[in-house]
Amino acid sequence: MLGSMANLGSQNAMAAPFVPSDESQILEKLQTTPNNPATRELRHKRAQLLVQPDNLPLAVQVARRYIGQARAEADPRYLGYAQGVLAPWWKMERPPSQVLVLRAIINQSNHNFKDALADLSLVLRREPNNAQAWLTRASIFRVVGSYQKASHDCLKLLRLTNEIISANCISGVAGQNGKLLESYNLLLGVFKKSPATGLSPDEKLWVLIDLAEMAARAGRKQAAETHYQAALALNIQDSYLLGAYSDFLLDQGRPEEVISLLKDKVRADGLLLRLALAEQQLNLPSLPTHVAALGARFGASRLRGDIVHRREEARFTLVLLKNPQRALKLAQENWMVQRELWDARLVLEAAIAAQRYSEARGVLAWLAENHLEDIHIERHVQLLNSVTL
Amino acid sequence: MLRLILWAALLFSNAVYAHKPSDSYLTLDIQKTTIAGQWDIAVRDLEYAIGLDENGDGEISWGELRAHHADVAAYALARLRLYADGEVCPIRIKQHLVDNHSDGAYAVIRFVADCANEPYVLAINYNLFFDIDPQHRGLMRLTYPDKSAPVTQSVIFSPGQSTQKFNLNSTDLLRQFFDYAEMGIWHISIGLDHILFLLALLLPSVLRREEAQWQAVTQLRTALWDVFKIVTAFTLAHSITLSLATLQVISLPTRWVESAIAFSIVLAALNNIYPVFQRQRWIVAFIFGLIHGMGFASALLDLGLAGNSLWLALVAFNVGVETGQLAIVAVFVPLAYGLCRSVFYRRLVLAMGSLLIAAMGFVWFLERSFDMKLFV
Repeated sequence: MLGSMANLGSQNAMAAPFVPSDESQILEKLQTTPNNPATRELRHKRAQLLVQPDNLPLAVQVARRYIGQARAEADPRYLGYAQGVLAPWWKMERPPSQVLVLRAIINQSNHNFKDALADLSLVLRREPNNAQAWLTRASIFRVVGSYQKASHDCLKLLRLTNEIISANCISGVAGQNGKLLESYNLLLGVFKKSPATGLSPDEKLWVLIDLAEMAARAGRKQAAETHYQAALALNIQDSYLLGAYSDFLLDQGRPEEVISLLKDKVRADGLLLRLALAEQQLNLPSLPTHVAALGARFGASRLRGDIVHRREEARFTLVLLKNPQRALKLAQENWMVQRELWDARLVLEAAIAAQRYSEARGVLAWLAENHLEDIHIERHVQLLNSVTL
Repeated sequence: MLRLILWAALLFSNAVYAHKPSDSYLTLDIQKTTIAGQWDIAVRDLEYAIGLDENGDGEISWGELRAHHADVAAYALARLRLYADGEVCPIRIKQHLVDNHSDGAYAVIRFVADCANEPYVLAINYNLFFDIDPQHRGLMRLTYPDKSAPVTQSVIFSPGQSTQKFNLNSTDLLRQFFDYAEMGIWHISIGLDHILFLLALLLPSVLRREEAQWQAVTQLRTALWDVFKIVTAFTLAHSITLSLATLQVISLPTRWVESAIAFSIVLAALNNIYPVFQRQRWIVAFIFGLIHGMGFASALLDLGLAGNSLWLALVAFNVGVETGQLAIVAVFVPLAYGLCRSVFYRRLVLAMGSLLIAAMGFVWFLERSFDMKLFV
């Protein structure tokens, strides 16, 4: 605790409070201008809610909008706003189902998977046809590595939603569970077959990102590049896409492109992390400032008691701080909560860098059991197996 | 059907929530009776809460923030309360500044809070943004002088923990003991109800009852023995309930306790006019002493005790109360013994005094039990 406070102190030391000399000096740029029609409408609805906070349909609508904005702007503040809007129902043991679903989405974003799963199961007992609840629960099961349960939930979507959503759900799970190429081909087939006008831009983006990631994991660089370019061409502001494409570029040794992609995105920790990784590969002078800023942000998160940044912090500690011992500890803590590709990859990379090969045993066993296919992970596994043999 | 939130599948994946959630940074530095504070609040949070972007260009300029300084101060200070030993320390703004933290610009408020006393227990109530953003956290750093060097503590305020208490100078046990004893003395010296109850019981100590008439005692010893029994019984009884109530073993509604205390004064005073208990007044002292102890406890609890010093506070406060009580006895006994042979004492002091005390007790009883004000 005191250590993180010291961190905070040094962060403050970088810039002492001041009185700006110029009235017109810009202190803060907002992501959305208040005059933007969508923002105005949201403001209007929120003002309405202040008058009638118990208006459930309105509160649900506003909360959904905030959740969407949280992702678009990569800003978790909006999740807090969504929670605030849902306050009249938030603490209920059995709130209305719409609230349960949103509460689950907000809880899982804070890595509170247990409560999220309980809420979704309650919704599904009440409403076995609630597609959103099946999809969200499948996603959580996938993240925590419960693939069988995730597949079960994806199959439920078959008769509740359009083909592409269920196909994406199913391939997303199977693709991490030993059927990477089959899943890729299935999703690509359904995607090509569906009429161009039938899919919303969000759906297209979602499918293209998944296709790109699967192609990259299979080592099909050209296909991955094509999918990523198609996703970028949709022109949807999406931090996840930028992060995933940057990881692909970094793995390809194309740091210059990462820099041009992310140079204005320093506000988002995860994107700043990738920018700094690219700067490290190119040995740029802006690197130390960005490393210090990231250190301060992780310190501030720790101070809050947040655990959502462990994956990023492990990567930061491993690659940028070059402290593999501490990175290994962070990666292992993260692995207890999340079980996705990068979570496994970071444990392996940290164990290799720290030369504590036996620490990777748990992840290796898990990978062998679940057949998570990925060219980078396979390389690490081979290396670890050869050392431990 | 509503459109599905598709990215649920991707929510947790890399870096989606890359930004820091909303935090504010509060620094408090306690120097004797003043608390110097600095509060850094994110400009973006203020924009959401009170609206700063006057011209709607999506940018907050220094001019726009400056134009809203009064609003910012009013909004923020309404959501922060500092209490020194239970009393609010009013906050004055000193200066508005700006700072850049790792995640953006912050409005910086420098302020001073003036406390009536040097705080023993500092209680802080923090409620900024919790209504609109339950994920907001207040990160506070508190510095206060201790024996050798300043001590710094860090805490986090959240909706579930919006009030936190700090025991300052907790290491200086001796000073703490004397301070609590002083509060005990102070409490009995302003506690007219406790004093009047005790006086009503002590007034006849220098007298004896013969054939339905009051007579002066012949020996000082007799009077002192009576005083000793009453004071000891009262002390024993209120120590028992003071301890039990402070440790929260027993608890009674304050209004009930306060009314019963007033009622005990009426009974004790009337007993001097229509004596029921004479040499057994110590029994009255004991029974009603139990109720007075509950009253002392609520005074002690109002000071805002923080856990580890509870026992020390309890003993010290009680010692203080006893000391104050002995001081009253030390003034009363020589005076009463000197006067007890005169008619003045028996007629005026005992009879009229008891009537007056009973009347006061009755007024308090009405005020407290019916929650009204008879005399302002």
